[in-house]
Amino acid sequence: MAKFRKKKSGGQPAINTASLPDIVFMLLFFFMVSTTMKEVDLKVEVRPAQATEIEKLENKELVTFIYVGVPAKQFQALYGSEPRIQLNDQFATVPDIQSYIAQSRDAMKESEQAKMIVSIKADKECPMGVITDIKQALRKAAALKLNYSANQKMEVR
Amino acid sequence: MARKEVQEVNAGSMADIAFLLLIFFLVTTTMDSDTGLATLLPPDVEQEPDDTPPIKERNVFAVLLNSQNQLLVEGKPMRMEDLTEATKEFVENTANLENLPEKKLTEVPFFGMYEVSKGVISLRNDRGTEYQAYLMVQNELTRAYNELRQGLARRKFGKDYKELEDEERKAIRKIYPKRISEAEPKNVGGK
Repeated sequence: MAKFRKKKSGGQPAINTASLPDIVFMLLFFFMVSTTMKEVDLKVEVRPAQATEIEKLENKELVTFIYVGVPAKQFQALYGSEPRIQLNDQFATVPDIQSYIAQSRDAMKESEQAKMIVSIKADKECPMGVITDIKQALRKAAALKLNYSANQKMEVR
Repeated sequence: MARKEVQEVNAGSMADIAFLLLIFFLVTTTMDSDTGLATLLPPDVEQEPDDTPPIKERNVFAVLLNSQNQLLVEGKPMRMEDLTEATKEFVENTANLENLPEKKLTEVPFFGMYEVSKGVISLRNDRGTEYQAYLMVQNELTRAYNELRQGLARRKFGKDYKELEDEERKAIRKIYPKRISEAEPKNVGGK
């Protein structure tokens, strides 16, 4: 009569999974800390250019971004297909840059304002005309530290 | 006799919840750090001071980039790959040639009196030049300076330029100052 066959001798004891949540939480915290949520939605198409002598932008707080490129597909009806400038979340023109720079400079700590870096993220096929205009505007706005955003190029020479 | 045990909270689903969060952060994470070529723009001046002495022809390394992304260096077409070497040659002027830049004896810490080149690179591009091409030129010029500085750091200090102390790096920068002058924009060739 095997009504209560309590002890199955063949069954292996289950692995203790009590510490599994801890491990997973550890991973979770790592990703939470290292995550930077995308701050802006790109409205222009930016295919990054490539270079070899690049430097890392260490301190994100010091950096102000200017995006340049052809408007994305859904905006082309409205904004055309000529390269445009995007500041924050909207399309802008060259005269807007000065106030944008002043604004983002005001948002920074006073001690860090002199270290401000402007990073131009431009599409690789974008003509230099727009970028030259931006550069002139940046000079007027006295934001002289400029960074041409580029990705690491693989082949060497 | 019934055993009285404290009911444990079932933690089996904890892992699932944590996994869910984990996957969410995994997906939203962008680990890429921003990289780029660092440059310094010249400050804005209302009008050019007229009394600046003209820079001698031999001290200027003219680099032109047209709207077809073609390179003209010192009046001769050049391939992008050769630009670094040409720039290094120009800045160093090892043979003290007549047509390459003059040198000026300057007091530099660690080095004593050192002949510092007076060469200036003049970069001019068309409004129609592609951004990538312009960046490549900037890249090659930066590479030339980086290689010169690296070479000097190795010769003098036996270390990589990146590993030097601030003071030493400053000295090397004084010997090889990155002088790239960008002309006011204008249309160069075509369109």
